[in-house]
Amino acid sequence: MAIETNSHITHRDPSATENGPSNGLHSELDHLVSMYRQMYLIRRIEEESARAYAQGKIGGFLHLYIGQEAVGVGAMAALKPEDYVVTTYRDHGIALAKGMSPNALMAELWGKKTGCSQGLGGSMHMFDEPTHMLGGYGIVGGHIPLAAGVAFASKYRGDGRVTLCFFGEGAVSIAGFHEGVSLAALWKLPIVFICENNEYSMGTPLSRTMSVEDVTTKAIGYGMASDRFFADDVQEVERRIRQAVDRARETSLPTLVEVRTYRFRGHSMSDPAKYRTAAELEDRKKKDPVIRARAKLLSDGYPESKVTALEQEVEDEVTAAVKFADESPDPDPSILEATTYDGPFAS
Amino acid sequence: MARNIRFREALREAMIEEMERDERVFLMGEEVGHYQGAYKVSEGMLDKFGEKRVIDTPIAEGGFAGIGIGAAMVGLRPIIEFMTWNFSAVAFDQILNNAAKLRQMSGGQFNCPIVFRGPNASAKQVGSQHSHAMEHFYATVPGLKVVAPAYPSDAKGLMKAAIRDDNPVLVMESETLYSVKGEVADDLDVIPLGRANVVRQGKDVTIVAYSRMTHVAMDAAAQLEKEGISAEVVDLRSLRPLDEDTILDSVEKTHRCVVVHEGWPYGGVGAEVADRVQRLAFDALDAPILRVTTLDVPMPYNAKLEQLCIPQPDRVVAAVKRVVYRGQA
Repeated sequence: MAIETNSHITHRDPSATENGPSNGLHSELDHLVSMYRQMYLIRRIEEESARAYAQGKIGGFLHLYIGQEAVGVGAMAALKPEDYVVTTYRDHGIALAKGMSPNALMAELWGKKTGCSQGLGGSMHMFDEPTHMLGGYGIVGGHIPLAAGVAFASKYRGDGRVTLCFFGEGAVSIAGFHEGVSLAALWKLPIVFICENNEYSMGTPLSRTMSVEDVTTKAIGYGMASDRFFADDVQEVERRIRQAVDRARETSLPTLVEVRTYRFRGHSMSDPAKYRTAAELEDRKKKDPVIRARAKLLSDGYPESKVTALEQEVEDEVTAAVKFADESPDPDPSILEATTYDGPFAS
Repeated sequence: MARNIRFREALREAMIEEMERDERVFLMGEEVGHYQGAYKVSEGMLDKFGEKRVIDTPIAEGGFAGIGIGAAMVGLRPIIEFMTWNFSAVAFDQILNNAAKLRQMSGGQFNCPIVFRGPNASAKQVGSQHSHAMEHFYATVPGLKVVAPAYPSDAKGLMKAAIRDDNPVLVMESETLYSVKGEVADDLDVIPLGRANVVRQGKDVTIVAYSRMTHVAMDAAAQLEKEGISAEVVDLRSLRPLDEDTILDSVEKTHRCVVVHEGWPYGGVGAEVADRVQRLAFDALDAPILRVTTLDVPMPYNAKLEQLCIPQPDRVVAAVKRVVYRGQA
């Protein structure tokens, strides 16, 4: 693997090894290459996941991030490696962007022992302690107070870390959103709340779930800074999220950010998304953030041959991850009790 | 040496000692600080530790329970006070879906070393929404530990163990016990979770109880003694893990068993104990196991009806007489 998909990308030049010498200097183009690679990896991993799901290799629910890649990748580019991330059940892209290995992710989807959570969490519960990926959570909005608690710990210890908390616009209606955001504002916690507004709460459009469609109007009630923008351009996402991350790190103040985005697939694999028209989807696909980033690379002078080579590398990586997941063993039943309690089983 | 102190003072001492030895421990809840605690359990702690470590919250149980869980996940050791366990119902999602499951769903990568504590079950005429015995709901959940002390000494030792435990531990304190006094040894340290205590020796029947109901069982045992019936009282102290061995040893000796608790009769700790005893000590039993519980209705406000609903010593006496075949059927 030539580039690690992680959050280090703003602090070193990850493309130096494959794009020729860069003399250690940070280059904006190299950075975009790195972000494009992550977005493309997420897209391809998820396409392969959908295929594996259809083949019965992945069970349960599978909520794909396809179409929203610029949010996770752009946001993570604004972090330091030690910063924390908490997110929802639509967590594959976020986990990869934070630095989880594709092998560990695929093996987790397959329910294998080599998965990030030893096959016990599955699609909705991607946890990776080394990269400070603090999980995907399956109860809408229930993770928002928890994320505020992670930020609380950073303030308590004075460790200078920032927490990013992702959720969909569907979470804005549940109590967990109000309580988590309210306490973060009250106690001035170093956290950025990122509402990925993809316009549908499961199968129900925004117009039928919220009386006020601008999520950032809620921030006024908490006395919190806010920002709102479209998330088709990964560089713009990074720039805007960085402002909120800096606010959290430098002044320990939270921000509520609403990014307007769109998922190309249904809510989960079982959702054919009949609640929206083909024309709407086609229109939104014209703003595909992955294609947009690729076009930007070429227009900025990055050779197409290198883009193609990079894409082939990703293909190889995805193929290897599928093979790894296929060939990994199931977890042994003995891990059940050991992972329920730290110490002797308590019954 | 030992001192005679109140239940609430024992809890407070435990928290203070653990906060002094470990900077990661903090107390959070409604009115725990400036108000000095709704039930004065945390009285004086704000002065001692300051606002960083004794933290008043808004009325937002789901929010501050979740804050505690997130903080525990990355290495702090929170003590979260619910003003009463009744209100924990609005934080049930946090305790059930996050605290209890974090370790398992992360494949063992993340622990949740947190204590949830506060008054539980009935007080006096506070109506149905403030009189719930909530321990049954939580004791069924793998990933949690649940303790319910009856005496100041146990309250202190179990609280210290709970704070040092690397798992989520729920400490259910009976509101009616806060002012009860008891001997607490000066050098008392941790009382391990999961060990019941035989608080009264007897030979004719085993009465299993916990929290306030241990006192009810002791009153019943004193009455029974006058009638020539010798009751052994087992105070569970810990509901999960449950000390099966101590219960079974006692039933092997007495051959009869009555379980007393404040929760409702459907399912619950009494059913759990009865199941284990009949399954693991069937040959030792000379009578069916009986349960004495709160009546199967929400708690009424009226004082006489309330007393009728909550187990009283006379109901325990009657149940014991049935299992020793000395009363009316």
